Amino acid sequence: MTKQDKPKGGSKVAKWTRRSFLATAGLLGGGLALGLTLSPNRLKMVGAAQASEGALNTWVRITPDNRVTVVFPHSEMGQGAGTGLAQMLAEELEADWDLVEIEQAPVTEDYTNSDLGRGYIVGEGANIPAFMYPMLDFAFLQIAGGVVGQMTGGSTAIRLTGHHGMRRAGAAAREMLVQAAAEEWGVDADSIVARKSMVLHEGSGRSATFGELATKAAEYTPNLKPRLKDSAEYTIVGHSKPRLDLPQKVNGTAQFGMDVRVPGMVFAAIALPPIRDAQATSVDDSAVSGRAGVGRVVNLGDVVAVTAESYWAAKRALDDLQIDWHGGRTNLTSALVRQTHENDLATKEREVMDDAGDVDAAFASGTVVEAEMAVPYLAHATMEPMNCTISVTDDGAEVWVGHQNMMFARNAVAETLGLAPEAVTMHPQYLGGGFGRRGDFDWVTLAARIGGELRQPVKVVWSREMDMTNGLYRPAILARMVGSVEDGRITGLRSHYIDASSGMPDSERPFAFQYDVPTRDIARVKCPSPIPVGTWRAVDFTQMGFFHETLMDEMAQAAGADELAFRLAHTSDPRIRTVLERLGAEADWGKDLPDGTAQGLAMVKSFEAIVAQVVQARIGSDGGVRVEEVTSVVDCGRLINPNAGHAQVTGSVIFGLTSALYGEITLDGGAIQQVNFPDYEMMRLAEAPAQKVVFIESDEAPGGLGEPAVPPVTPALTNAIFRATGTRIRELPIGKHGFHGV
Amino acid sequence: MTTTFTLNGAGVTAEVDPDMPLLWVVRDHLGLTGTKFGCGIAACGACTMHVDGVATRTCVLPVSAVEGARVTTIEGVSNGENLSPVQQAWLDHQVPQCGYCQSGMIMAAEALLAENPKPTDDDIDAAITNICRCGTYDRVRAAIHSVAKQKGEAL
Repeated sequence: MTKQDKPKGGSKVAKWTRRSFLATAGLLGGGLALGLTLSPNRLKMVGAAQASEGALNTWVRITPDNRVTVVFPHSEMGQGAGTGLAQMLAEELEADWDLVEIEQAPVTEDYTNSDLGRGYIVGEGANIPAFMYPMLDFAFLQIAGGVVGQMTGGSTAIRLTGHHGMRRAGAAAREMLVQAAAEEWGVDADSIVARKSMVLHEGSGRSATFGELATKAAEYTPNLKPRLKDSAEYTIVGHSKPRLDLPQKVNGTAQFGMDVRVPGMVFAAIALPPIRDAQATSVDDSAVSGRAGVGRVVNLGDVVAVTAESYWAAKRALDDLQIDWHGGRTNLTSALVRQTHENDLATKEREVMDDAGDVDAAFASGTVVEAEMAVPYLAHATMEPMNCTISVTDDGAEVWVGHQNMMFARNAVAETLGLAPEAVTMHPQYLGGGFGRRGDFDWVTLAARIGGELRQPVKVVWSREMDMTNGLYRPAILARMVGSVEDGRITGLRSHYIDASSGMPDSERPFAFQYDVPTRDIARVKCPSPIPVGTWRAVDFTQMGFFHETLMDEMAQAAGADELAFRLAHTSDPRIRTVLERLGAEADWGKDLPDGTAQGLAMVKSFEAIVAQVVQARIGSDGGVRVEEVTSVVDCGRLINPNAGHAQVTGSVIFGLTSALYGEITLDGGAIQQVNFPDYEMMRLAEAPAQKVVFIESDEAPGGLGEPAVPPVTPALTNAIFRATGTRIRELPIGKHGFHGV
Repeated sequence: MTTTFTLNGAGVTAEVDPDMPLLWVVRDHLGLTGTKFGCGIAACGACTMHVDGVATRTCVLPVSAVEGARVTTIEGVSNGENLSPVQQAWLDHQVPQCGYCQSGMIMAAEALLAENPKPTDDDIDAAITNICRCGTYDRVRAAIHSVAKQKGEAL
């Protein structure tokens, strides 16, 4: 593990409303509150005096006690976003890291991260990743007509808020502090340096703390284009600063949504339809009526809720209700979904996504590889089941929830309750896992409906069973892949696939083949899923990565080529080449291994990061698959926090392997068949492989890191299984081919 | 019905249904929310507490079963502001990601190290069966080994 500094500082998830926040900013008086105001056509910074007027975005607050507070508009779900963003700002500010704290921003339009992206695109012509464009057009997550959310997903916090916003806010604040000292001391600003939250004039030996200068500094107009540091000067960015949220996460004090308690609150347990789209036509509550501690029974048709003074009492009362569920799509089965995919792919008109040359002509000669590949529905299974606490009154609503899109969540609650968005106050909480599940709104609007009915503060808690059987799943899809090779070269490639509308924008191009192939036919058939689907960590790259990297191995086999050499022979991208070459060395690719043990490899670029992995697996004669080692080589551009980055990669490897070994959600009779962990197994510590993570040093703009190490690990594993056994895995999980994890 | 037991060193009497699992008594009635609800069927370990020193999944343990017992939660592990060696190792190794499972994970590790101060990898494999969806397992293992090593050096 990377060497670290001692943990210092602290953090909190803010509980204040917009009003109280602005009041605080005003009361500070003696401090500097600096925001970055970004609107579509202009970019400016504002000081404390204007703070209540402008649309404030990226924030830093410097108080007279010399503390620096970084206010960040993202959610903390384990990725360390707050710490990383604070590092980026503190670096440019020249802050003393030990004096830096973080706070999650209040949920108002003022802090939305998409405004930030818009401002820079229009104002600065900055190079925003393609992934962002749909979000800039408000199309992300297909929310029509809404304002943008405080979105945490697509690895955008560091890529956008940090790279374009936090750095500049920090640098501008530093310049203002230096200017304040220059005027105070009557010296040239160029003769003053800022260092460790101090401003120093070497000629006279004078010095002052940021806190002492903040009040005066706040009077200046911030520089729109402050000087940014050269990366060679970095002392905070690129260093493994301990995450500021972790002290609370080792002593039980971190407050997750599940832990919220508000005055007068009751707990609600809920039953959702056991069969898709069934309705509760009647509820017999005679068994619980009058039971001590049990409150009300609410039947909203698609959900039945019971309240009580503890969750357990509510759950037991729920179990004792006689609910008549009627209707529902009882004919829905996994076999039907598969059959629909087969039919649609064979018969429906395809939408061309990327094509070049004459593929049929290419397939007329050489060796042709054809494969049908399929991946299943997957649940997110966050450790913290869905929950949301809400208090609805005649005047508005207050919501306590850990969510990846706080602004959208606020608007969804407002719309559900017929309130103005400003009448809904959000209280962000820590997320006990997100992975995309907490980017959607179904559980929040459900709580709003229950809360609106009760008119009493209520925490709506999903049991694990409700959570697993009512997810927004990673879509099951199917692909027909064809490739041809001749003289060691890929001559043609066809990828026809089902698009089940996960919500990922096409602009991120998950369907694009990531190697150089001159003749391509990549096309889809849209086939919306009959059950709700959503974004699952790394989204469509998890499916496409498996299809493409499986075919790549099959084509290498057809060419009689080494899998690594074959990939290198088909990429001219210097960054991908570097990653692959380094992987070969780090994993000792091709090393001698005992019979039944083999390496497999795969590479996927996603969210502006390239990840290539070698999996070494031992396969027993009974089909037991033991993942022994995983080597990941990562080029994510500039690495903000190596230790936190390492954690994201190793965690992603476990997440991806879990899906390859065990992950499958199936349907029968309109019901999800996996209801709790024994049916939807997770990789445990005893199975976890040894891991090696290598980052390519880079000065490129930071890419994502929360997701990109998920997609390649599955095909790397299945390619290893092929090399060990000769069995090609074309459907997931590996149990489809008689293998199982051990 | 009342159940009396010791919680983090202090005597408590809970006037609740004796069937109510210890997890919910502690979280909803006694207000200590550091211990988490994950699955409700003792499959994930998020609800792990110590009952008379033994790591126990409390989401299915009726409170009546701890009558007279010594119960410790994550809130009772540190000595005031001073973190336990396991908690400190968790920080040193930056173990948590989302953090939701880590109370249970730490309680399982505390119990393992109390019983077996120098666990082997196999011992850790057998004792730490909690689910961490963020996949922090490599750091959990490293942190446990580091505590064992420190204890060895202190002797």
